[in-house]
Formats: sequence, C-alpha cells, structure tokens
Amino acid sequence: MKQLISFIQKEFYHILRDKRSLLILLGLPIVQLLLFGFAITTEVRNAKIVIFDNSKDLVTQQIISKIQHNKYFILDKTINHPNQIEDAFKEGKIRLAIIFQNNFQNDLLHNNKAQIQIIADATDPNQATTLINYISSIINDFQQDLYNQNKIPYTIKTEFRMLYNPQLKGAYSSVPGVMGMILLLISAMMTSISIVRERETGTMEVLLVSPMKPWFVVLSKVIPYFVISIINVITILLLSVFVLGMPIKGSILLLAFSTLLYIFCALSLGVLISTIADTQQAAMIISIIGLMLPVVMLSGYAFPIANMPELLQIISNVVPAKWYIIIVKSIMLKGLGFSDVFDELIILTFMTLVFLLISIKRFKVRL
Amino acid sequence: MTTPAEKDIVIKVENLTKRFGDFTAVNQISFEVNKGEIFGFLGANGAGKTTAMKMLIGILNPTSGKANVAGFDIYNQPEQIKRNIGYMSQKFSLYEDLTIAENINFFGGIYGLNDDEIKFKSEELLTKLNFHAIKNNLVSSLPLGWKQKLAFSLAIFHSPKIVFLDEPTSGVDPITRRQFWDLIYEASHNGITVFVTTHYMDEAEYCNRISIMVDGEIKALDSPKELKNNFQIDSIDDIFYLLARKAKRIE
Amino acid sequence: MRQLKFLLIKEFQQILRNKLLVRLIIAVPIVQLVILPFAANYEIQNIKLSVVDNDHSEYSRKLINKFTSTNYFLLNGYFYSYKEAIHQLEKDNAELIIEIPKNFEKDLIRENETKIFITANAINGQTAGLSVSYSNSIIRDFNNDIRIEWLQPARINSLPTIEVTSSNWFNPKMNYKYFIVPGLMVLLVTLVGFLLTTINIVKEKEDGTIEQLNVSPLKKYQFILGKLIPFWIIGLVVLTIAQIVSFVLYGIYPVGSYLTIYLFAAIYLVALLGFGLFVSTLAETQQQAMFIAYFFMMIFILLGGLFAPIENMPNWAQFLTRLNPVSYFIEAIRMIILKGSGIKELATHFGIIILFAIIFNTLAVYSYHKTN
Repeated sequence: MKQLISFIQKEFYHILRDKRSLLILLGLPIVQLLLFGFAITTEVRNAKIVIFDNSKDLVTQQIISKIQHNKYFILDKTINHPNQIEDAFKEGKIRLAIIFQNNFQNDLLHNNKAQIQIIADATDPNQATTLINYISSIINDFQQDLYNQNKIPYTIKTEFRMLYNPQLKGAYSSVPGVMGMILLLISAMMTSISIVRERETGTMEVLLVSPMKPWFVVLSKVIPYFVISIINVITILLLSVFVLGMPIKGSILLLAFSTLLYIFCALSLGVLISTIADTQQAAMIISIIGLMLPVVMLSGYAFPIANMPELLQIISNVVPAKWYIIIVKSIMLKGLGFSDVFDELIILTFMTLVFLLISIKRFKVRL
Repeated sequence: MTTPAEKDIVIKVENLTKRFGDFTAVNQISFEVNKGEIFGFLGANGAGKTTAMKMLIGILNPTSGKANVAGFDIYNQPEQIKRNIGYMSQKFSLYEDLTIAENINFFGGIYGLNDDEIKFKSEELLTKLNFHAIKNNLVSSLPLGWKQKLAFSLAIFHSPKIVFLDEPTSGVDPITRRQFWDLIYEASHNGITVFVTTHYMDEAEYCNRISIMVDGEIKALDSPKELKNNFQIDSIDDIFYLLARKAKRIE
Repeated sequence: MRQLKFLLIKEFQQILRNKLLVRLIIAVPIVQLVILPFAANYEIQNIKLSVVDNDHSEYSRKLINKFTSTNYFLLNGYFYSYKEAIHQLEKDNAELIIEIPKNFEKDLIRENETKIFITANAINGQTAGLSVSYSNSIIRDFNNDIRIEWLQPARINSLPTIEVTSSNWFNPKMNYKYFIVPGLMVLLVTLVGFLLTTINIVKEKEDGTIEQLNVSPLKKYQFILGKLIPFWIIGLVVLTIAQIVSFVLYGIYPVGSYLTIYLFAAIYLVALLGFGLFVSTLAETQQQAMFIAYFFMMIFILLGGLFAPIENMPNWAQFLTRLNPVSYFIEAIRMIILKGSGIKELATHFGIIILFAIIFNTLAVYSYHKTN
C-alpha cells in the first residue's frame, strides 16, 4: 500500500511539472463551456439585409419600420440597386434582400393583392430558412393588423411550450456534450499516452522488476487522471449552474454516481488503448481518430443522432459518450430518476467490463 | 593578425562561466587547445562537461567569460564557428528512420558540400566502415556501436577544423570502443583537432592532454604522463578518484 | 538554397517511410468526407411527433395528416393523455407533442376560435426552434384551407393579401451538404496540416537530432522553410483528395474557379503551418505539443463558423473570430464554391490571410533558437 502511494505521488509530480499541459487540462473545459454558452449560437442576430422599396408609400414605410425595429436585422444602406444584390451576396455583405413591387399600397388597397419578393443567400440553408420565416412572420403580423380592422373568422391559435429549455439556450445541449468529451479526452487519451510513454522510454521494465504488482503500476497511472477528471466535472457543473444558469433538476447524487461510472469506463478504455499502441504517436492517433471523432460526430454532442442515416445511428450505439450524454440530459435537464436511466447505466457498466476484460487478457501477453 | 605562437591554438577559453539561476554549472574555466591534438575533457556526471562543450559549439550562451573557437568569437560569430566544427552528441543523433546512405547525403548536403564531394566522400566513408552492403538499411536496425562509428564519421564528413565528441563511447562494448578510438586517431592524424568528453579513465590515456573537471571547475590539466608525475599516482583513475571525492555535487 | 534542398529530401524520406502516417493522410480525408456530411446534418427532417387527440374529429385528423404528410414530421404514435406523451419526450422517443383539445372542431366552427397546444423538447434550442416554425407554417396553411372552405370566395378576396415570394440563391434546393462539405474541406486541411507540423519539430527535439542541426551552418529560415514546405504540399494533397471526393460523392464543384481555391489555400497553409511551427518550437514533448495543438484546433473550429454562423455571435466573440485564420478560409471557400466569388470579391480575405502568414512565420523564425 505504501508503495502504491509513493507511485501515485510520482505520477502527480510528472503531471504537475508539465504546467502547460495541466493548464490546458483544467482550462479546456472552461474555455469550451464559455464559448458554447456565450458565443456559439444558431439564434439569428444582426443579420445584414437590404430593402428595395420601389413604391415608397405609407404601407411599405410601415412594414420597413417594423423590420428595422426588429433586433434580428441590420439594414444595409450602401446598396442602391437590385443589380448589386448578386455582388453583395458574393462579397458576403448581406444575407437577404427584400424587394417591394411598384405601387404597393395602391395594389394592396384596390386590388387586394401586393407582392414582396425575398431573396436569400442560401449558402447556409438553415440560416436562410430561419431568416425567411422571421420576415414572413413580421409581414404576417402586419397583415393581421390590417385584417383586424375587419375581423377574420375561423382562427386556430397555437400555444407553444418549450420544455426543459424555455429560453432556447445553446448551452443546454452543449454542456452534457462537453462533459462527455472532456472526461473521455482526459481519462482515455491521457492515461493511454502516459502508460505507453512509460513503456516507450523503458522505465516500465524498471517498474515491473520492482516488487510492485503490475496492476499497481497501471492503477498508479490511472488515479491522478481520475482526480483531474473529478476536478473538471466539478468546474463544469459549477460553471453551468452559476454562470450559464442551467438547472440540475434531478438528484446530484445520481449524477455523481453516473459520472463516476463513466470516468471508470473511459479509464478502462484508456488502459485498453495502451495495450494496443506501441508508441505515443500511435496512442495519440488511436485516441483522436478512434475516440475524439466518433465522440464529436456520433454521440449526439454536435449533431442530433435522429437526423443521421440508419447505419450511423446503429454505429453510434457503441460510443460510450452517447449513453452518458443521455444520462446527463435526463438527470440535469429533465429531472428524471434512477429507473429512467437504468438501461443506460447498465450499458455503460457492460462496456466497462468488456474493456477491462480485454485489457487484462492483452496486458498479460504484453508485459 | 595572430602571432606565430598563437597560430596553433584552435580553442582559447578564458574565465568561461555558465549559471542557471543560482546554480553555477561552469565556473570560470580557462584553457587552450592546440591544433591537431586530442584533448580529453574528464569529469563525473554533472561536473559541467556537456555545458562547457555546448557553449563552445555555439548552442548555449555563456553567462560570462571569453572563448574563441577555430579563430571565431563564440558571442559574435557562432555561425562561422559552426561552419568549421563537427559535433557528435551524447544522445545518439542520426535519423533512425533514414538509411545510412540517406543520412550521409543529408548531413553532407546541409554542410554545403557539392554533389561530387558528397559522392566521393560517401564512397570513401562506406569503404572505410565496410558499410557498402548495408548502405540501404535503416539506421535504427544497426547495433549501437555501428551507429556511433557512423555518427562520428558524419561529424567529420565536411572536414571540420575541430570535432567535438560528447561521451561518444558510452554504452558500447570494449572492442567497438577500441575501433572507435582508431577512427579518432586517424582524424587527428589528418589534422582535425579532437575535443572529447568521457568518463572512461582508460580512454583518458589515449589523449594528448586531459583536463579534469569537478563541480564546474577545472582541477587539473596536463598530459596524462605529467599528471601522474605531479600527483605521484600511477593511474589516471586514482587521480580522478582523488579529485572527484571532494565533489559536493552528487548526481 | 542547396541546404534547403537536402532538408526537404530528408523530410520527404521520413514522411514517406512512415506508412501509418501516409495511410492516415490519404484515408482520413476520404473517410471523413464520406461519413461526416451524413452525421453533421442539421437538415431538419423526420422530427418524431406524439399526438394527443382529445377531439377525434374530422378536422383534428386532417390536421395530423397535414403534419405527417410532410418530410419534416414522423408520427411516433397517438396517446390518450398528455402525461403519456410527456413520457415519450422523456425517453427521447418523441421531440414534439401536439395536443388537440376536446371540442377543437366545434369551437373552430361555432366560436370562430380554437386552440392547439404544442410542446417541444427544447434541450437542443436550434432543432426545437426550427420544428416550431415548421409547425407554425403547417397550422397557418391548414387554417387558410378551412377559411377557404367556409368563407365565400368573395369575402376572401375582399381581404387585402400581401403575397410573399422567396427565392434561395446559390443553393436553391436548400441542400445542407452544399453548406457543410466546403467547411469540412477546410477542417481536414487544417487538422492534418496543423497536427503534423506541430509534432514535427518537437519530435526532433525529443530524438536529439535537432542538436545536430543546430551545430550545423543551416540558417534559421532554411530550417523553418524545410519544415514548412513538406506539410504545405501535404496540405494541398489533402485539399485535392477532398475536392475529388466531394465531386464524386456529392457532385459539389466550385461555381468559381479551382485556381482561386488553390491560391487561397496556398497562402492559408503558409499561415497555418507557420503557427504550427511556432507552437512546435515552444513545446517540450510531443504529448505537450499535441495538447496545445488540440486546444487551438478546438477554438479555431468553434470560432470558425463551421456550424454556427459568425454573425450570430456576440461582438466580443466576433472580434475573436477576426483573429482566427480558419474563419477566413471557411468563409472564402464557401464563397468560391457556392457563389463563384473571385479574387476581386475576396480581396480583404486575401489581404488578411497574407498578413497572418507573415506574422506567424516571423514568430516561428524568431522563436526557433539555434542557441539557448
């Protein structure tokens, strides 16, 4: 036991000595959360648009002023002619152009019909859809006001309820993802690299001829990263609650338990990688290609799994982060309890056991 | 210009000092090395040998003191120095993932040799080391002793005035060490000054002159024979032991 | 110049000998471009829908039909109570609940006004926002149909109507892949180029070979160029593979010219690799270099506008994106491929990326010390 403690101490010295890596290990989740919380948003803001009013009458002025007073749009005044729209799009100066027909007011009041043309830069289709929808609904509102002068029958009113995230904050979907990714990065990638490094530099042999049991050597490599992971989880949760204003609706205890299980799963994956990789570079490549990419792409962290083709949805099931992210969302945001995340917990436990079994098998052969 | 007496001095060091924070790695050393001689630089691990050498070859800036290598000042003319010296580091430093021929080509090239020179000299080198049959093997596949011989041959490939060797024979077997020293003699015979650090005392006997460094200072400097006379001890090993015992720095 | 030639020969010999590396350089872009555009899909379709129909009327059925006949929604099932439907949301079996109240049809016809309740799982704000706006327009259409059915045509016409027509330029089919694939090209070139350069000098440090170069008469700029050019070429190779794959697989080719893409990429790579070399000269171990590289890559990509448009960001974040070379390349390549922008339209982008190239490479040369 005493030997184990002095070994763990040695590992801590290694980690504490490399200040830069440590800074990144502890700072990465903070930076990532702040970016996701405050910078990365698909909510439309400040979209630059241009309006060509060929009619310049009272009605068009009213509609334009409605659009102008909307916080989503910024009006560009430098473009004077519809001929310039294409160039403005090409330079990326505007996202959308609105063109009012001639004699707008006249047509609207006397022929009951007037036309507005919207041209969107659909390079980003979602952004374009959203912008067109916004403009349409502003115009629709204006039209409703016109109707109200002669009341319209047969109206269906829709009440929307945005469950779990009423303000549609981006952080709600990214925080669980960041947790799933950071923990995997530290636990699996760092652990595997540090074990392989020991083997590569030949110091592993020295450790193994010492009276230490081989498993103690591995354990002493794993524990410091376990501690760092826990510090990260605590930072992430504190930031999410106090800076990003997210709730923890369910039981903190259950969240803590699930997180420990996930860290354990990631650590065993790290040990498994270390039994496969020969060099640090190989360990890094396996970690990045084999772990980071699937996690970012297939865990539901960056992209909704439901939108993916069936094959990718099936593959996503073997990504541990997917299950952990579901658990975190369920507990933190939906306030669900143990019985609701039972299946996911079982899956994570099963994965951990499989990783451990394979590593034990390979470990004996390798050392 | 230099006076006739100074002409043959290729390394001149005066009060050279290197401090890392509070730690004085090299403390006011002074010595001269003559053209064509084999100068042994002895000392225990941590005595400051490698630090002193790195200042002379221009990859480490001194804290104070003066030094002149191959006629150039180490402060102002490090690049001219580099053109005139060869260096073989303690850590074996050829490209393991290149073949013997590729390594030769590369080092010849970056020292500015032209194609004919490279071709001619590499033929000569491969013949001398008897590497013709294996010239397309990766360096990583060679035994350590062979790598060391190749590394030395490449350090003098561009015919430098001085070659610096940092513990070139650590970790190789006695026979290869012997062969390695044959290469050193040959280089010295061809007029290349050899500056070599070592902690093998038997190798000290092969040098024309040796200096013994303890705790960053030079405690003795003379030919092996004179040293034995002065100390009244008949082995360099024992002289070294006598001096090194006083060391306060222990690795 | 001659020394540089030998340095380049050596770098290529080393790279080509590393079979794993060569395979990765070729395979990673292909695999990513095959998989990612399918995974990175924000095209909203098949939103799973749970229905609580308390009215069971003709109109309620018609409305549900209207929803499920679009590509946007997929029926997950009918439920007797809101509570049951909520459970579907909890288990992620559904994203959206439509609750039609009792007397929906009766109120609509007799009282002239009725209500529908829609509940969305809003954890992912973007998908929730889009699915709500789709539902809105479906319900609006449905509402109009009903009005036409019940009102005399004359009365409809007597109402002033503003007709909004919209057209989508540069991507008329609103294909999300056209948007994401050019961005991914930048991601790949950046990932491969940056990671490889960052590790490179550190590896020479760890192996001790850098000392051998430091005592040689090799000039600093020769050394940096010798390290930069191989990865510059690799970067362009990766870009070429990416262009071929996206043409073959997705039929994406630039409306503008390949020449503009390559010209921009060539300068961009000089900037990016200069930064990679700068990091490499500072790092002590490969592990540390990887880590620093990973950190910057993450920030570059998040603030590069690959997925979330830069204009939506708050001012301070927009300012940060202006310091991020990746954001200029992503913007530029989308403009060239989708809009056909040329050098004239991209003048600012070119200017800034040239500035980056100069700054980063000066830093790299400056921070690489032959002498300690």
